[in-house]
Amino acid sequence: MSESDPLVLGIETSCDETGVGIVRGTRLLANAIASSMDEHARYGGVVPEVAARAHLEALIPTLKEALATASVDLADLDAIAVTSGPGLAGALMVGVGAAKALAVALDTPLYAVNHLVGHVGADILDAGGGPGHAIDAPTIALLVSGGHTSLLHVRDLVGDVELLGETIDDAAGEAFDKVARVLGLPYPGGPQIDRAAQGGDPAAIRFPRGLSLPKDLERHRYDFSFSGLKTAVARWVEQREDAGESVPVADVAASFREAVADVLISKAVAACLDRGVPRLLLGGGVVANARVRELAQQRADAAGLTLRIPHLSLCTDNGAMIAALGAQLVMAGHAPSTLSFGADSTLPVTEIQVR
Amino acid sequence: MLLAIDTSAGTSVAVVDGGRVLAEVGSAETMRHAEVVGDAIAEALAVSGIPIAAFSGVAAGMGPGPFTGLRVGIAAARAFAFGAGKPVLPLASHDALAFERYRAGHAGPLLVVTDARRREVYWSLYGGVDEFGIPLRSGGPGLSRPDELPHRDVPRFDAAACSAGSLGVLAGLTHLHQRAFAKDEALYLRSPDVTPSNGPKRVTG
Ligand SMILES: [Zn+2]
Repeated sequence: MSESDPLVLGIETSCDETGVGIVRGTRLLANAIASSMDEHARYGGVVPEVAARAHLEALIPTLKEALATASVDLADLDAIAVTSGPGLAGALMVGVGAAKALAVALDTPLYAVNHLVGHVGADILDAGGGPGHAIDAPTIALLVSGGHTSLLHVRDLVGDVELLGETIDDAAGEAFDKVARVLGLPYPGGPQIDRAAQGGDPAAIRFPRGLSLPKDLERHRYDFSFSGLKTAVARWVEQREDAGESVPVADVAASFREAVADVLISKAVAACLDRGVPRLLLGGGVVANARVRELAQQRADAAGLTLRIPHLSLCTDNGAMIAALGAQLVMAGHAPSTLSFGADSTLPVTEIQVR
Repeated sequence: MLLAIDTSAGTSVAVVDGGRVLAEVGSAETMRHAEVVGDAIAEALAVSGIPIAAFSGVAAGMGPGPFTGLRVGIAAARAFAFGAGKPVLPLASHDALAFERYRAGHAGPLLVVTDARRREVYWSLYGGVDEFGIPLRSGGPGLSRPDELPHRDVPRFDAAACSAGSLGVLAGLTHLHQRAFAKDEALYLRSPDVTPSNGPKRVTG
């Protein structure tokens, strides 16, 4: 890191967090976030139109906050990076429209980047504002949130990322939200399930591990499915209630959480071993889940893998990871994007930068 | 000197100097605002040849209009204004449509009507213009089914798209004569279209 490293501002609006981050090279200078999570609570999940409206209102205040925190002038920026996708289309468009106008107003190069690869890029940064470090590549990356569940093989952060698998139905974070509702717990479900699971027996109920049977593994070795698990939990709870019995919430929560953590980490570790990659990186909001982190550490240790988990503030959606990826693209000599890219809700991970 | 941006229908960007439109570019496409808006701003600036430092503000069309596209223009207007260190001058897009109609010779009451999709329309009612030619809105903007549209006795103007040139000229007049701008908020006129959940649905019969 030196003063000659590029000063990059990152804008992230793919889901319900409006994130604006500023980095210089690999050093984190600001990570401002406004969340519309509370507005979604009454709906039990992220409502795209509610999220998009919140982005429009939060964008300039969050931008100001980031600049103030970093003590940086807009005129000093070397580049702007923005999430082009994947994510909620209407939400992405707010960030894309704003980033383009800002780039034109400042005559600053603009980099349209991939949100999922951004999650991997977060590992470059030190949440405490330290110097940061290069990404150890290759690495397997498991990215799990309310919006995505993806397993990546990252050979080169700015040049070679492969999608190994992803969820074929619900994201893992969504499953937490839905099971929390079944158990009468509020949104968002992740921290609620984590709390409810304390003292519960993770082996009390054997809930299904999606796409883990031998026949499923042939076609979906690295894919995930949480829809069946969610239904299995609901059915189990309903049968208890219909029989007039009380529901052992701690056991259900712990058993459900175990099923999710088990299938996530099993597939991620299998990918490391299959591909001969000695590293596993976690990202996304579900990393906040204590059991997911614990199981990842146990299994990584057992398999002789290095486990990397960025600070939670860099795991949930944020603009700093977008800025970090943008800075890597600048430092690798990549040309800026043109101004004609769009918001692509299904942008593939192979498209690290949209031209 | 103003930059004006409106995405209440297509994407329209203009540079105006008082009553003169120096550049106006855009696209009538109603689904590609995010793709188009950046090039449109850059092109309007290039065509006009006006440096950013010479601008005194950014006029923003606040709608009403279909949300997803409308937001792109407002986000762009706010971000450009922030980047350039200039104020945002928000106006209802319908006011610019009425302004255009009155400038073309219309006199007296006017009902501006635009497509709101989902078999509904947006409308605004005007009584006429003030001494400077600024339209005087007396009703709306509102949302209605076409067959329930109010003020049917008033001459009706069905508009397809709002011109950023007109928006910019109107913003200039509004500023010059110290008339009120709109509130700096998007005119959605519809709730976010969801009903709060009433607990989980049963999965077993
Ligand atoms: Zn994410």
